[in-house]
Amino acid sequence: MTRMHVTRRTRLSTAALILMLPVLIALIAAPWWAGRADLRLMGEIALYMSLATLWNLLAGYAGLVSVGQQAYVGLGGYLFFALTMLAGIDPYAALPLAMLAGAVIAAPVAVLIFRLRGAYFAIGTWVMAEVFRLTFAQVSSLGGGSGTSLSASIVRGMADGRSGREAVAWWLALGAAVLVIGAVVLFLRSRQGVALTAIRDNELAARSLGIDIWRTKFIVYVVVGALTTLIGCLIFLQKLRISPDAAFSVNDWTAFVIFIVVIGGIGTIEGPIVGTLVFFALRETMADLGTLYLIALGLVAIVIMLKAPRGLWGFFRDRYNIEIFPLSRRVTGLTSKGS
Amino acid sequence: MDWLNAIIQGVLLGGLYALFAAGLSLIFGVMRLVNIAHGDLIVLSAYLALTVTTALGLGPLLALVIVVPGMGLIGYTLQRAILNRTMGDDLLPPLLVTFGLSVIIQNALLIGYTADPQNLQAGAIEVASVAVGSIALGVMPLIVFGTAVVVIAGLQWMFYHTAIGRAFRATSDRQDVAQLMGLNRAHIFGLAMGLSLAVTALAGVFLGIRTSFDPAAGSARLIFGFEAVIIGGLGNLWGTLAGGVILGVAQTLGAKINPGYQILAGHIVFLTILAIRPRGLFPRIDG
Repeated sequence: MTRMHVTRRTRLSTAALILMLPVLIALIAAPWWAGRADLRLMGEIALYMSLATLWNLLAGYAGLVSVGQQAYVGLGGYLFFALTMLAGIDPYAALPLAMLAGAVIAAPVAVLIFRLRGAYFAIGTWVMAEVFRLTFAQVSSLGGGSGTSLSASIVRGMADGRSGREAVAWWLALGAAVLVIGAVVLFLRSRQGVALTAIRDNELAARSLGIDIWRTKFIVYVVVGALTTLIGCLIFLQKLRISPDAAFSVNDWTAFVIFIVVIGGIGTIEGPIVGTLVFFALRETMADLGTLYLIALGLVAIVIMLKAPRGLWGFFRDRYNIEIFPLSRRVTGLTSKGS
Repeated sequence: MDWLNAIIQGVLLGGLYALFAAGLSLIFGVMRLVNIAHGDLIVLSAYLALTVTTALGLGPLLALVIVVPGMGLIGYTLQRAILNRTMGDDLLPPLLVTFGLSVIIQNALLIGYTADPQNLQAGAIEVASVAVGSIALGVMPLIVFGTAVVVIAGLQWMFYHTAIGRAFRATSDRQDVAQLMGLNRAHIFGLAMGLSLAVTALAGVFLGIRTSFDPAAGSARLIFGFEAVIIGGLGNLWGTLAGGVILGVAQTLGAKINPGYQILAGHIVFLTILAIRPRGLFPRIDG
């Protein structure tokens, strides 16, 4: 007699995770095989993948649909510039400090905007981002409304030579992406993650099982805020220049991220990853179209939302029952005869 | 006297914000829909008025005769063709679809009209004013405020004294039962969105006469309208007017202290009210 038991791993997920190791080693070695422009593009992809994964945790799992995550991207950029240039802190120490500050700021913001529900919560997050933008535009030591550049001495202090700096920027971006995706997978496998999934599936039922909904969502919001702040630091470390409009751009840091997640598949770990790759493939081939490209992107997102709301990955997962990251529980040992 | 003047100008500005907000409030009341593209639709109306004025040589106020029903038609069609498919318990589809619409409208306007700021020329009425004591009141802001009061009174009357208003309230209370009573939900939703965008058209034309606008001007208008709705309390149209006035006064007073604080002061008053009275000042329904 076979015993039934519940597992999260499948043969595919184990194989995929083992395969990820050589891929990761190859990516770490990228400065030795990739060209300068490719390395920069790959860094951008890694950072967008992180932003998409974080937004997906917020909207797809916690039901907190934010259109104001640019608040934390911009906050991160500005904190990084302020900590290194005004406070004279070492850039490598500034990264965790900025992340901590992001969490400290996200907590009271959450208390305030959690009073708004659903779609009004979404616009409330946008108001917050506008408050951040208008506030930083008033800080004259960071260039006010026109912005400022990162001093050359700080950039030079991070690594020797131009190629060394570019390698460091790539490793930081790759490290951040691995950190973010790893943290989200581990979080979702944890007790808190199960609670979160339960809330997503049925808030009333979750509440009756004793889950503290407010607290669970609060933790998710603050952690996502902190990690988004870190990604913001790295984005503007790559750009070397910051201004309020670029730092708090709703198009760059929220609209694109939402399209990535919707196209890839909301509410799955793989969705944002697939979505980012599709997004950059489209961008690299269609960027010449300019505004038409953005219109096409908006149309694709609407059609996917109407016709296949679970996105590309959701479609494949439902059709072939596959999953790369071991998250859902499956029962094994069931026989068709039921004996 | 300067401060009194700032407050009075703020009250009048609040009329415009109430017009931004009335359309949002209406569709939220009837179908719990929050339209992220609302601000971009306001700007779209201003551009439509611009096209009508240049093509037909009409003044922008006369162009309303074409733009208001035009936007109403667009609203009805948009709701029936796209937005009705997203209605349901899940709030994600309507939110993301209207977000996509917002990006599409902005970029389509960018292609059609370029990024150059435009404005609507209303002629002498733009600079006309009446003196009350030592304070000069602009005729245009007075017209806008008066229109806001009339629009809100009209919507209020329609909601409580007409058959269509009864249908709106019935659908708002219980969609499935309203459907059982023979109301066509899809059609009712279409009418609500059409009405919302007809009000939006008024707001857009007044916006275009007051200031210059460009394709990216929509998001700020969405935020102002949203703040007026929340300050006033969900589902309360007169509250929305009060919310618009509070926001307008906060902005003109902020601008009086330092021009850089104008918008920020409005946001801070909004967040303060959210902290003290999370359901707004005069709430009617739960969000």
